[in-house]
Amino acid sequence: MIKKCEAFIIGGSAGSLDVLLKVLPLVNVAIKFPIVIVIHRKHGADSLLPELLSTRTKLKVKEVDEKEPLIAGTIYIAPSDYHLLIEQDRSFSLDYSEKINYSRPAIDATFQTAAEVYKDTLVCLLLSGSNADGVNGLKSVKLWGGTTLIQDPNSAQVAYMPAQAQANVKIDHVLSIEDIAEFINLLP
Amino acid sequence: MELSVINDDHVEILLSDLLEKYGYDFTGYSRASLKRRIIRLYSLDRAVSFAEFRYKINNDNLYFKRFVEQITVNVTEMFRDPVFFKTLRDVVLPKLGTYPFIRIWLAGCSTGEEAYSISIILKELNLLHKSLIYATDLNPIVLEKAAQGMFGMNSMKQYSENYILSGGLKDFSSYYTANYSLAKFDEDLKSKIIFSTHNLVSDYSFNEFQLILCRNVLIYFDRELQQKVLNLFDESLEELGYLALGTKETINFSGISDKYKRLDSEKIWRKIQ
Repeated sequence: MIKKCEAFIIGGSAGSLDVLLKVLPLVNVAIKFPIVIVIHRKHGADSLLPELLSTRTKLKVKEVDEKEPLIAGTIYIAPSDYHLLIEQDRSFSLDYSEKINYSRPAIDATFQTAAEVYKDTLVCLLLSGSNADGVNGLKSVKLWGGTTLIQDPNSAQVAYMPAQAQANVKIDHVLSIEDIAEFINLLP
Repeated sequence: MELSVINDDHVEILLSDLLEKYGYDFTGYSRASLKRRIIRLYSLDRAVSFAEFRYKINNDNLYFKRFVEQITVNVTEMFRDPVFFKTLRDVVLPKLGTYPFIRIWLAGCSTGEEAYSISIILKELNLLHKSLIYATDLNPIVLEKAAQGMFGMNSMKQYSENYILSGGLKDFSSYYTANYSLAKFDEDLKSKIIFSTHNLVSDYSFNEFQLILCRNVLIYFDRELQQKVLNLFDESLEELGYLALGTKETINFSGISDKYKRLDSEKIWRKIQ
């Protein structure tokens, strides 16, 4: 039972963008927490992802600036080629250390640092993807009392990532694509 | 990652040890990254307890050096962000080329990949003979590596691609000699680089420069320390000199921003007053 959600973090890799494009238009603009999106993508000079996603929602969408505080009702996108960390004062920081699970940003890094900050008010969702990034992160989320969600592997373009999570971590809810937005909208 | 082995209090204890015992001040560093690095080292070196780990850092000088090397991020590349290096090549360095002498400070140079990248561009612009690159880092171990000018052969394909994207026209492999798994870069590229320790937290300005580069270092500092370091750069930069930061770094929030004008697309600012 989630008493209060203070941050909602979504991790995804191959096949996750389509899910976001379907889910974001249905997310209520009155949500009382920030949404952070960490998606594996190719390192490019400038990214079109925030622009693309902002066409699908009335919520404010922005790429994270380092040291920026997390504000409710905003959708934050992890910049490419940096790990995205969350500090105890609930601000973002960036880190250019080694790739984790062949990935930078690594979903694990964001989930793990957020887990210690938000504890039982954190909700993390792992979407479609072809590697196991995010699985250790979900373990930390669970350990610190947060809520773990995965996209139903049967509905995922690439089932490996959510399936790995399901096999290795206690998952609180398995959601179909159709259920994700409703779940977010009902969070206290 | 183990979550319980090192907690926030442990991190603060280690930071105050480093400051008291060795004079290294990491208290202005962002904690999330630092803590991850410490936990990583703790498990990498199979420490048995926090007490033992702490004792070793405080009493074993070699291990202390390893600790400092490992908790700071030393990941770097040659010609990382090729478009940035293209701007250096096409705009910044030709401008500085009109000066009789070019002094460049590369702060937080780590293992030196960027120092050699800049040296290559200067050489191709026929400016290397009148340039001097001060490449500094707080960490003596990475500086030793940097001075060797040897990088893994397995990175050369990527570096070569970066080099070409940054406007390089030569055959990149003409700059190094393959020696088993290592690429040894030409000595003359190193001839105008001075590798030296400098700690941005505690050391002062040591010269005046026309170009200061400090990319992906400020992200590890809290706002207060960022401000302090930007002031240090400002003191060390000549009028009309250039300051270059990492892709996600900025001077906008800082007290020096009024004196600087940003070049259109890149994280490069020119000191206009």
